[in-house]
Amino acid sequence: MTSSEFSSSSSSSSSSPSDRRIGALLRHLTAATDSDNLSSVYASPTSGVSGGSVFAHLVQAPEDPILGVTVAYNKDPSPVKLNLGVGAYRTEEGKPLVLNVVRKAEQQLINDRTRIKEYLPIVGLVEFNKLSAKLILGADSPAIRENRVTTVECLSGTGSLRVGGEFLAKHYHQKTIYITQPTWGNHPKIFTLAGLTVKTYRYYDPSTRGLNFQGLIEDLGAATPGSIVLLHACAHNPTGVDPTIQQWEQIRQLMRSKGLMPFFDSAYQGFASGSLDTDAKPIRMFVADGGECLVAQSYAKNMGLYGERVGALSIVCKSSDVAGKVESQLKLVIRPMYSSPPIHGASIVAVILRDRNLFNEWTLELKAMADRIISMRKQLFEALRARGTPGDWSHIIKQIGMFTFTGLNPAQVSYMTKEYHIYMTSDGRISMAGLSSKTVPHLADAIHAVATKAV
Amino acid sequence: MAMAMMIRNAAASRRAMTPISGDFGGGLRSMSSWWKSVEPAPKDPILGVTEAFLADPSPEKVNVGVGAYRDDNGKPVVLDCVREAERRLAGSTFMEYLPMGGSAKMVDLTLKLAYGDDSEFIKDKRIAAIQTLSGTGACRLFADFQKRFCPGSQIYIPVPTWSNHHNIWRDAEVPQKTYHYYHPETKGLDFSALMDDVKNAPDGSFFLLHACAHNPTGVDPTEEQWREISQLFKAKSHFAFFDMAYQGFASGDPARDAKSIRIFLEDGHHIGISQSYAKNMGLYGQRVGCLSVLCEDAKQAVSVKSQLQQLARPMYSNPPLHGAQLVSTILEDPELKSLWLKEVKVMADRIIGMRSTLRESLEKLGSPLSWEHVTKQIGMFCYSGLTPEQVDRLTSEYHIYMTRNGRISMAGVTTGNVGYLANAIHEVTKSS
Repeated sequence: MTSSEFSSSSSSSSSSPSDRRIGALLRHLTAATDSDNLSSVYASPTSGVSGGSVFAHLVQAPEDPILGVTVAYNKDPSPVKLNLGVGAYRTEEGKPLVLNVVRKAEQQLINDRTRIKEYLPIVGLVEFNKLSAKLILGADSPAIRENRVTTVECLSGTGSLRVGGEFLAKHYHQKTIYITQPTWGNHPKIFTLAGLTVKTYRYYDPSTRGLNFQGLIEDLGAATPGSIVLLHACAHNPTGVDPTIQQWEQIRQLMRSKGLMPFFDSAYQGFASGSLDTDAKPIRMFVADGGECLVAQSYAKNMGLYGERVGALSIVCKSSDVAGKVESQLKLVIRPMYSSPPIHGASIVAVILRDRNLFNEWTLELKAMADRIISMRKQLFEALRARGTPGDWSHIIKQIGMFTFTGLNPAQVSYMTKEYHIYMTSDGRISMAGLSSKTVPHLADAIHAVATKAV
Repeated sequence: MAMAMMIRNAAASRRAMTPISGDFGGGLRSMSSWWKSVEPAPKDPILGVTEAFLADPSPEKVNVGVGAYRDDNGKPVVLDCVREAERRLAGSTFMEYLPMGGSAKMVDLTLKLAYGDDSEFIKDKRIAAIQTLSGTGACRLFADFQKRFCPGSQIYIPVPTWSNHHNIWRDAEVPQKTYHYYHPETKGLDFSALMDDVKNAPDGSFFLLHACAHNPTGVDPTEEQWREISQLFKAKSHFAFFDMAYQGFASGDPARDAKSIRIFLEDGHHIGISQSYAKNMGLYGQRVGCLSVLCEDAKQAVSVKSQLQQLARPMYSNPPLHGAQLVSTILEDPELKSLWLKEVKVMADRIIGMRSTLRESLEKLGSPLSWEHVTKQIGMFCYSGLTPEQVDRLTSEYHIYMTRNGRISMAGVTTGNVGYLANAIHEVTKSS
């Protein structure tokens, strides 16, 4: 095969993974004989011994838009600064919260001297996997009973999405995934690097600050049959706008009729409404119809295990035989990424989920967090009403979950940061979890200021 | 065009076969699975060994497969310094996300281990470094980084190497070449062939080097050989990427085990390093490691680090907290660090002791073969020279589990099983 036969493949911008592999092979084959070409590809092809680094041509990457907010916040010396950027829960005192059940679980782990720190299997902690599947699909789920679910422990939600995305890119016949407009900033990067083509479907309606259901149905209806669709199971990030149960049913019917593959991102189970079962309902509706789907679960928020990176990817299949094969292929994705997942966080989750008392205690702590956030919503809404702030702010109490999509524009956001030391992402998303009764007035003042002046 | 078209046609025909059900309700059981064509994947050659071992009911079974340390009772070990660190961490109020680059403190302490406590490169902030998911994660991020910023490059990998190295660079879509390393006849290093391959590679090639305790062979270049390799790398302007998974574990002395890296640094190379705490701190399941890239200056290091973070974010957002906290707690406390160094030496010494015992036992049994390599090789693994067929016999007749390339994990050898192991090896090799 000559290089010309592959040239169009390797230069295609919307190339599939197999095209890219052919392109890579091409470069491999021609590299030894085509060194002139190589030197035009990157600036300094030689290593650093003569002074130059092979990476000298790099430019500094921009800060991550979400995590960069906390970086900026940390640098600010103002005593009234408020971090409403990253979605990490804060107590009424503005402190991070380690759940009581987590402390108890940790203590249990420490006291157990038979515990070792050996490698987990590639699929992770098996007990954790089983309990996680039950948690999201329901203990009585037919899919679990019929052994049709494969679950692998992954690095929180991000890791579950990435492993699922890479699996789809390798084994699924459609390489396009549809994500909501807008969505969590990391979603497009995750799926692009996983090897999928990312498209969007309409979701948020700025004029109502609610769901653009008509647009959603139209866009999914127009999608190529078989395409993958990313669905936020509850508490949509960043908008806080969720479909109603009736709307979910319509979405389900449409997707099944077009063979669209559902990929659920469940980062807030229990955190949105306060009820684990309520927040899992859309997923369970899809599983109940007997069809297949993927689910990415995160324990970052609902168990406060953020930094421990605990999550799970479940793939619901048609048969247990298929589920077994799928699991074996998931292992091939995971092994070259990080070999096996971390043991600590998953162990904590397993201790809590398997113990009736700890589980119940957890549900109470979870409801307390959700209730506090709902209370913050009410307080902010009332505070704006009391100030006579122009505009309709009812979306603050209609939206659900950790975030409120305020509708503020980047200029207004920037003003609030500069003048009021309030930090949020430039899309106007605020983390309600970062608010307290004490700081609501400050935020209301800031919103009032930008709503009444031309910023 | 042929192959690309074939792939496109196959994809199109799969699309054409997509079953679209007109039944909106529950009648999806008639639809076939999207995953019907998914083949069962082959078992991982290394981790599959332990699975098979666990399934074996024989009371005599011996696991010398996966490289996880065992004490002389064949039990996994949690180091005392780690237990103490766990105790101190209990009740911690911090469980928030680490930055994308991980724990700065842990990274700083980790760089000192590799580059030296007084390293000028650390002082001058010339090292771009992030916390990673152990050694695998560090290698994978480097491979992704190499792919993105040196897209025409390929990686030279030694023969043999840890099997997952091939998977890592393949999934990163970096083309691979190999270089000679192990010499089957001497069961040592094929130094002249290695140097030939280094010389014949195009200038500016990327090479994967095992800093110490080569996996799976246990064969390391001598210090003098490392110096020659470094000089040749200089002449060829090659990039050296070190995978250091066994610092301290090989000789018992972390500084000594980092000698290859220190030689390259002295010679002015801008290297990359993958470091792991899986074995030397026994933190296997915690997945703690570090990737570092030495740059020309501090400004470049900032750029490179920011780009490494951009690769980590869509993979796992930020690395796990607990293991990093354990490492920091241990390394920043002089007493705990000193305890760790003692415990690492104990592990290394036990393995060195088992090598001697295994070799002596085989020689006492009157083996016709030479077993000198058992004590010449270093680190966790011994490349025994056993053939796949002999390995299969060891498993089926003696319930001894190892990878089929004849790699014995010395960490699994104990005073309790070394006699049984030597006898079994003798039995399957005596007619060679």
